[in-house]
Amino acid sequence: MSLRVLAATRKGLFTLERSGPRDAPWQISRSDFLGDNLSLAYPNARSGKIYAALEHGHFGVKLHRAAAPGAPFEECAAPAYPTKPESLIDTDGFGKTIPWSTVKIWALQSGGPDKEGVLWCGTIPGGLFRSSDHGASWELMRGFWDDPKRQQWFGGGADLPGIHSVCVDPRNSDIVRVGISCGGVWATRDGGATWANEGEGMWADHMPPEQKFNPNIQDAHCLAQCHAHPDALWVQHHNGIFRSIDDGKTWVEIENVKPSSFGFPVVVHPREPDTAWFVPAIKDELRIPVDGEFVVTRTRDGGKTFDILRSGLPSQPAYDIVYRHALAISSSGDDLVMGSTTGGLWASDDQGDTWTTTAARLPPVHSVHFLEF
Amino acid sequence: MPRVVFAQVLQRHVDCPPKDVTGSTVRAALGAVFEDNPRVRGYVLDDQAQLRKHMTIFVDGRAIRDRTTLSDAVQSNSEIYVLQALSGG
Repeated sequence: MSLRVLAATRKGLFTLERSGPRDAPWQISRSDFLGDNLSLAYPNARSGKIYAALEHGHFGVKLHRAAAPGAPFEECAAPAYPTKPESLIDTDGFGKTIPWSTVKIWALQSGGPDKEGVLWCGTIPGGLFRSSDHGASWELMRGFWDDPKRQQWFGGGADLPGIHSVCVDPRNSDIVRVGISCGGVWATRDGGATWANEGEGMWADHMPPEQKFNPNIQDAHCLAQCHAHPDALWVQHHNGIFRSIDDGKTWVEIENVKPSSFGFPVVVHPREPDTAWFVPAIKDELRIPVDGEFVVTRTRDGGKTFDILRSGLPSQPAYDIVYRHALAISSSGDDLVMGSTTGGLWASDDQGDTWTTTAARLPPVHSVHFLEF
Repeated sequence: MPRVVFAQVLQRHVDCPPKDVTGSTVRAALGAVFEDNPRVRGYVLDDQAQLRKHMTIFVDGRAIRDRTTLSDAVQSNSEIYVLQALSGG
């Protein structure tokens, strides 16, 4: 079956297919939720179901589910917070009140192959939920939520902190890591009962000296784990690119990345832990491509060197930014797809060496995935 | 009986025709609607059962004051309009 792409956007969910051979343009073959804002979509290869997270400006966050590609979407339960104790004052690291209400669904990830029906969901304002029935109901990871260290977290870009990345360890599905903006990387080793902030080495240039190296306030923009070599993890951080090769115990900054080490997404090759891709922007306070040149960077040697990939990407000045969920890799490791804030979409079947695009002008793209089932 | 009317834009997402209900407060009146039509609840109220940030409710032409516990009184012939606030658009 040829690859399809699922692109969740500010104004609808689009399925795209290539109209012909490998250099043919991608075309929209299906549209769902036209006009509605989706924070992300998630094709769950394990269950065959497709999830669409909607974020209605007035009516709140909703989750819809299709039993299979092509099947109609039906609303299922959205993760909801329990009643907040009246006497509790719950504030973030900046002293802002944390609402006990789902503001955004920011991560959806299937449990491991031995966890039938399990789905993890990261949210803003920072709660992690687990479903054991394909999203029919949700349980807040209460021990994690009640950890007082959570009150050190704060929003990065968003008003409130949030969990945007969930990595289920391929060796043991009771080990789950999450990336938090801004709360660093946390992990459970018992299926979610207990959680700990893990990893030293990430640092935050924008914070005062006393806080720079606090692992619990790091702005991890995106966390990725190599499927075949799970000890290898990558983080695209607010401050640059970090890598761990010791199961997340320590993180090392990747320096001297041209044209820049700032960005939002990272994907890692499923079998080659040293191979990862990024989409750079100038820096945190100037979120546009360097010199208006929209490129992808790729390392094949664990960050020692980077290729700058631009074939098939705009040759004229382009000010596209790619959000953290808007760069994806296929299970083969050969195909990449990315969607941008200005509605561009590009795909590559040669690990990023060349890219083809779509004639469609999409709304701002929030997430992309390959649909491989 | 008080009558609860939902904005047309909400009905694009969830079926919620006008409904005559019992109840002497906005909360009680809405509760009667949600009892029969539980899906509507999450579109109007947040996880803490407060009125969503970008929703508003008018009772007989006046916006309610208590968005937290929805204690505003309704009369037996009141019309309760549940609609989106333009702030969230």
